[in-house]
Amino acid sequence: MFFRIIRGAVTRQKQKLLMMACTMALGISLATAMLNVMLDVGDKVNQELKTYGANIMVEPRGASILSDLYGVQEGAGVADKFLLEDELPKIKTIFWAFNIVDFTPYLDVRAGVNGSEHQVTLLGTWFAKHLDIPTGESIDTGINNLKAWWEIRGDRSSQGKWLSDDDETGVMAGAAFAARNALKVGDVIKVAVTDAGGRERAADLTIRSIYHAGDAEDEGLLAPLAVVQRLSGLENKIRRIEVSALTTPENDLARRAAQNPHSLSRHEWEIWYCTAYVSAIAYQIDEVLTDSRAKPVLQVAASEGAILEKTQLLMLLLTILSLACSALAISNLVTANVMERSTEIGLIKALGASDGQISLLVLTEMLIATIIGGIIGYFAGIGLAQVIGQSVFGSAVDIKGLVIPIIAILVLLVTIGGSLPAIRLLLRLRPTEVLHGR
Amino acid sequence: MSKNILELHDVSMIYGPVKALQNITLSVQQGEWLAIMGSSGSGKTTMMNIVGCMNKATHGVVVLDGEKISRLNAKDLTAIRRDKIGLIFQQFHLISYLTAVENVMIAQYYHSLADEKEALEALERVGLGHRARHLPRQLSGGEQQRLCIARALINHPKLILADEPTGNLDEANQETVMNIFHQLHAQGSTIIVVTHSPEVAAHARRVVHLEYGRMIRDEVNVECPAA
Repeated sequence: MFFRIIRGAVTRQKQKLLMMACTMALGISLATAMLNVMLDVGDKVNQELKTYGANIMVEPRGASILSDLYGVQEGAGVADKFLLEDELPKIKTIFWAFNIVDFTPYLDVRAGVNGSEHQVTLLGTWFAKHLDIPTGESIDTGINNLKAWWEIRGDRSSQGKWLSDDDETGVMAGAAFAARNALKVGDVIKVAVTDAGGRERAADLTIRSIYHAGDAEDEGLLAPLAVVQRLSGLENKIRRIEVSALTTPENDLARRAAQNPHSLSRHEWEIWYCTAYVSAIAYQIDEVLTDSRAKPVLQVAASEGAILEKTQLLMLLLTILSLACSALAISNLVTANVMERSTEIGLIKALGASDGQISLLVLTEMLIATIIGGIIGYFAGIGLAQVIGQSVFGSAVDIKGLVIPIIAILVLLVTIGGSLPAIRLLLRLRPTEVLHGR
Repeated sequence: MSKNILELHDVSMIYGPVKALQNITLSVQQGEWLAIMGSSGSGKTTMMNIVGCMNKATHGVVVLDGEKISRLNAKDLTAIRRDKIGLIFQQFHLISYLTAVENVMIAQYYHSLADEKEALEALERVGLGHRARHLPRQLSGGEQQRLCIARALINHPKLILADEPTGNLDEANQETVMNIFHQLHAQGSTIIVVTHSPEVAAHARRVVHLEYGRMIRDEVNVECPAA
């Protein structure tokens, strides 16, 4: 009988219930889109911020300590400390290996150009180095991904490309250096480096392209790592590594761990180690590289966290607002509906229905409409999330299964919340007030 | 001697300065057909609401089927109404989206269990068996009132309370409805009819007259045979 009553009520009130379903669909579509984007935005924002450079710097432990304690950037104890190039593939073997997007080593030496007494920095690095990882995977990593915002100018043949890692006679010149020395693409320069033993080694290198980095690097030269190692006699040695990793925004636990991981309890340590905090990833890099000290580049890491938190807060507020609007609209619709049906409800009360039975009847009708609206809204929300993903981040938003139970709970809460004033009205309704018609 | 199904002892209903009912003392025996008569504002609907467990008297004691109901809470009054009273309204109050048989079954549903066969039999008794699958809007006024009576009878109430049952009916339908009441009375049902019509009251064995909330006369209609 209950379902006969419900069926009759739903059929008779098609338009009103359709309005409720539409109201719920609107609110839920926005909530679904926001929740999906919110849960995926961490990766998306991180991906975006990865284009602005590395967020972890790895240096030799001794050099790092001198730099941290005394601000010493060169000389004995700093300039003579190195990391080993052949250990670099190990970076991709840490617990958070999949979060390591890019990394590149640097070896900087002072070099004389065309016999000039004024020395410039010759920086050796990987451009797009192909690496076979011990785990069996392979990657291409280097500066061309890490410094995606650098402006590269070339001639017609090179067309502003990065160097190739196996180009033994090529070099890239910084824009400021090239301008001061009236150098252009195609010019051959003689680069001389004095090695650790005091012996000068020189090579004729052709300027393949000119880069504009927008900082002090514009004053130097950029060459494949192997060329710089050969000229300086520092085979297999590197001065530092820049790593770009996808990270989780820092929280109190991560900040405490960054100070001293050993201050954490075992349980906290496990949580921290198994979460992609920048400090946890840096710690794991330390574990695989000999005598290294990996440090988060705090400016970038902090920006990521701050932007992410603000974006997520904004989306959460939008979700709450849209659902509050839905609840208010549903509340008005249900209240109007109950007032319209006061005689029918009064009659059912007069026939002996309890308050609970009447509330259940009205709530079931509402739930049918709002669940249908919720389902429509969910799928509309998935579409909306993709539109947001494509227009804001240029990529699809991953649909999270977690959103479905959240949405189901929200539909239930909004329906019950929206129905409360109407149910209150309904419980106060006295059959005598509506049945005698006078 | 039949036992009293309803007793009112010094019952009053006072809304602020308005005395809707004043010091009513009345008893109704099982199987009796009582008409409560009075003009508009005489207090007959107030009395029906108190007897029908839809309102509580501000003073006095009401006993229904041996149970003192005057101090029960709303939940208990609902249970008493559901189990012991069959209500018939002037405006019929049928649920527009349910068929005739479903309108009868809804009273069963809130009482105990909906039984379609029994509901169809109730419709047969009031001559509506052939209209069981019709919606209320497809029935005439008389048919709607008969449907309302079938709904009131379905749970075998101790007391049938009818509020102006023929108020919206033409003469022919009025007669049909009164004939049903006579049948019910003959079968031993206790009926209280609230009416302002002397013609309707004339069918009852006993007539109570109200005026300005007071009971001014309680008379036996000698022309009407006892059940």
